[in-house]
Amino acid sequence: MDTELIAMQLFSGVALGAILVMVALGLSIIFGMLGVVNFAHGALFMVGAYAGLWIASLTGSFWWGLLLAPLLVGAFGMLIERVLIRPLYKRSIDDPLLLTFGLAYVLVEAVRILFGNEGMPFPTPPELSGVADLGIGYFPIYRLFVVGVVAVVLVLLWLGLEKTRFGLIVRAGARDPQIMRVLGVDVAKVWLLVFGLGVGLTALGGVLAAPMRSVDPEMGALVLAEAFVVTVIGGMGSLVGAVVAGLLIGIAISMTALFAPEMATIVMFALMALVLLVRPQGLFGKPGRA
Amino acid sequence: MTASVHSVAQVMAGPTGHRGWRARLTAWRVPLSILVLCLLPWVLPSQALAVNVLIYGLLAVGYNLLFGYTGLLSFGHAAFFGAGAYAAGIGISRFGLPWFAAIPFGMLVGGALAFAVGLLSIRTRGIYFSMVTLALAQLVYYAALQSSSITGGENGLRGFTVSRIELFGWSVDFLDPIKKYYVLMVFAAAALWLVSRVLASPFGAVIEAIRENETRARACGYDVERTKVMAFTLSGLVCALAGTLFALHLAIVPLDTLGIQTSGMIVMMTLLGGAGSFFGPFVGALAFLLMEDVVALWTPHWQIVVGTVFILFVLFLPKGIWGTLLAWRVGR
Amino acid sequence: MTKGLPTLPITRRHALAGFAAGTATLAMPGLLRAQSETIRIGFPTPLTGPYAAEAKDQVRSAELAVKLANDKGGIGGRKVELLVRDDKMNAGEAATRTLELIEKEKVHAVVGSLSSAVQLAINEVTRARGVIFVSISQSDTINEVKDFSRFTFHEALNPHMTTAAVAKHTFKPGMKIAYLVADYAFGHEILRGFKRAQAAIGATSVGEILHPIGAPDYSTFMPRLRAMKPDILCICNFGRDQANSIKQAVDFGLNKQARIVVPVLLYTQRLGIGAEAFEGVIGGANYYWRLQDTLPSAKAFNDAYRAAYNGAYPTDYGAYGYTGVSSLLLAMAKAGGTDTDKVVAALEELKYDVAKGPQHYRKCDHQSVQSVLVLEAKAKADTPEEADPFRILAVEPASEDILRSCAELGFPS
Repeated sequence: MDTELIAMQLFSGVALGAILVMVALGLSIIFGMLGVVNFAHGALFMVGAYAGLWIASLTGSFWWGLLLAPLLVGAFGMLIERVLIRPLYKRSIDDPLLLTFGLAYVLVEAVRILFGNEGMPFPTPPELSGVADLGIGYFPIYRLFVVGVVAVVLVLLWLGLEKTRFGLIVRAGARDPQIMRVLGVDVAKVWLLVFGLGVGLTALGGVLAAPMRSVDPEMGALVLAEAFVVTVIGGMGSLVGAVVAGLLIGIAISMTALFAPEMATIVMFALMALVLLVRPQGLFGKPGRA
Repeated sequence: MTASVHSVAQVMAGPTGHRGWRARLTAWRVPLSILVLCLLPWVLPSQALAVNVLIYGLLAVGYNLLFGYTGLLSFGHAAFFGAGAYAAGIGISRFGLPWFAAIPFGMLVGGALAFAVGLLSIRTRGIYFSMVTLALAQLVYYAALQSSSITGGENGLRGFTVSRIELFGWSVDFLDPIKKYYVLMVFAAAALWLVSRVLASPFGAVIEAIRENETRARACGYDVERTKVMAFTLSGLVCALAGTLFALHLAIVPLDTLGIQTSGMIVMMTLLGGAGSFFGPFVGALAFLLMEDVVALWTPHWQIVVGTVFILFVLFLPKGIWGTLLAWRVGR
Repeated sequence: MTKGLPTLPITRRHALAGFAAGTATLAMPGLLRAQSETIRIGFPTPLTGPYAAEAKDQVRSAELAVKLANDKGGIGGRKVELLVRDDKMNAGEAATRTLELIEKEKVHAVVGSLSSAVQLAINEVTRARGVIFVSISQSDTINEVKDFSRFTFHEALNPHMTTAAVAKHTFKPGMKIAYLVADYAFGHEILRGFKRAQAAIGATSVGEILHPIGAPDYSTFMPRLRAMKPDILCICNFGRDQANSIKQAVDFGLNKQARIVVPVLLYTQRLGIGAEAFEGVIGGANYYWRLQDTLPSAKAFNDAYRAAYNGAYPTDYGAYGYTGVSSLLLAMAKAGGTDTDKVVAALEELKYDVAKGPQHYRKCDHQSVQSVLVLEAKAKADTPEEADPFRILAVEPASEDILRSCAELGFPS
């Protein structure tokens, strides 16, 4: 096996992991702050892809879809938090999980009613189609673009969390939600925004992923499973963990694809089971949470 | 969904007032269930639906032992249902087991798997418990998909149709839906009796104590870990029995029986009917399957209805249909 | 009507005259009185799920076949009724629905199924109960003696036939072939078929990569496939996996390097994923409406379909619904009713041409021997009419030569 091929394989792993990072980050932020395991996260990823497609077809431009779909779906996420999830905070931790599980059913079927069962084409934007010569091999320009966008989003997110007041509250809240109430922070508003942010991130992942594949109502299911794996390995609620584990899983899938392709899916779940058993809180998680 | 439907205190409160009514219901719960099960094929739109209610109801009863009574939310119970089904099918087609031996064989395999998964997963708590059961069940699913020479892979397991069975000198046509139903029902009834006995035993009180307050149960000197593993295994055993009945009934085992959709469906049925109550799971399976059957008649988009109903239950009726009925009756 | 169903040319009127003739032989007073009961045909198909579009076309086409028969006075004076059930693309659900159809609705036969797992499940149920099943989904497994049912007939192409036809018109001696294969029975059956053809033609394999079924991302396989430098890239999977893997192969520029060949080109998939990704892809099909240019039976089918459904064209999977139900009804007409043994015998003897040229069921495994189309997806610029995305490269005529032999399938000779 020559080194160029392995390098290319590593690189496709990173590009693959980039999308996972977006989805897992959203899942992790929501869990870290709200303690909610969002089973509708994959469905919202799919809704993001459809929203992007819809906006792109209205405006005739992929860029509007990329920009507006995450905002639109993020706002929809806030609506979900406000109407469906907020009444459950006082109850068992299982209740929001079960509710979002039902919500995923509803969202998938609603998209089927609106857009049909069969899936739709989402062409690669012309300015980003084609392949680039990386020196070690050819790689689609669009996938390079995705890696770039995800990197920019991560930097912005990091700045937002480190440099703004909202970021301060989020970081404090992730550590101890009780203390925020004592300090007089409007927790409800913060949680609303955090849920919206988490959903917006997965929607962005959906729009970014759409041109690499077709868009279909079931596309969220596998993504959800992968995002769970990533957050559990990284540590639920840990943002650094989501990023590291997302790239790790991307590379792991890519490397198994090279050496034992039919094992790619098993490897993911086996890794997750292993981490859970050896270090239940995940690589970067704090013990005792959940 | 740890809201208690009848807590230890309530059960122990003894037969006074409406509690007396509750105690009578508890005492007669097994004969009552069997009576309802006997009637099912005659009142439901089709016998195929009745068998499904029987099998999925039993599956939910098994799941309820863990989720409703012990308070552990597993997202991987399809693994034990599927393991029971596959083992029964393989037992008949490969090892030439007679049908009545395939049932304990399936339970043995499913129970052993549940024991192993339970042992591993109870080391984690809360959300992580749900995740680890999900991950281990997915491993079982992919293992079955990969070992297609044994399981039939994507195409599912076939080739073990039982068309005629010998019962104490009688030869019963197992393709006749009614006869088949009642034969399978005998096993379900036996399992119900067993579950009822377990719940009424000290062990039943301990698992409910763990659900209500794990720390206190531990302080009272109960071995929480050991109890959880036992509850998990017992729950897996009942689910595996449901799996073996499923295999005998359909004469195929689809790969989907091991899938995450099956695990999700078990959770939905249990919750819909009422977790932590004896009749709840059967009511839930009946409601779920009827809803699917009826709604599918007028729209292919039945999932949106089922999903919405489920959301409404989580929001407004977390005790499920049966639990709410009970609470309403008790509240009067 | 018996041996005389003239092969080519046949018009719709001829075909219907066939029905009428069958009816006439039945119009003997005694028979008619005894069998005035409606003929019920169960039709399980995945109305929900990823292949709902194909399923809908199957239902429309099957209903058309029933309607045409009823318009001509039914089969031996008996009305025909189609009972459609949603199998949700789930083998357990399909088996349950089939049980309900047999036990409660007392159907005389079952036609349908769209996936190999569902097909095998229905086969298991109907085999045990002696009910006729005309299967319309693709699989090699069901042809083998292990799953054989005297009551089951395979109207659909199987992977072996499709790959033989496609390879014959794409592989050349000395070519280098790379395979991307879905890791389940269907994928392996396709691979086996292509490789057998490859050996016969004298091409060489430069590598096989297995991918998990239902994978959304194929990017990790692409660098390796590129490094193999194939002349032909055979993508051995189905439906959405096919759409996603083709799209990503094109993203990685593999279509510039190699010709992409697939076992089955789906009409609805092509419309779903768009012309760009599919441009130049070659694959097999059981039916394409353009057959009407050369085949009167196809023209008759298209015309009837278009008249019934607002000018829409029938699709490949839709055609299965039509040919499957039609062959069954023709056999019932010939058998003079629904007596299972007589209908099975009639199906075994039947020669029919209802949409795609002459067909008959091979005696040993009940596989329908039929023509296989080899299609090429056209570039967007060459597709002025959206309903016409393919070009027919070749029509491989019906012949047992492209089937596995009865002995190979395990049937005693």
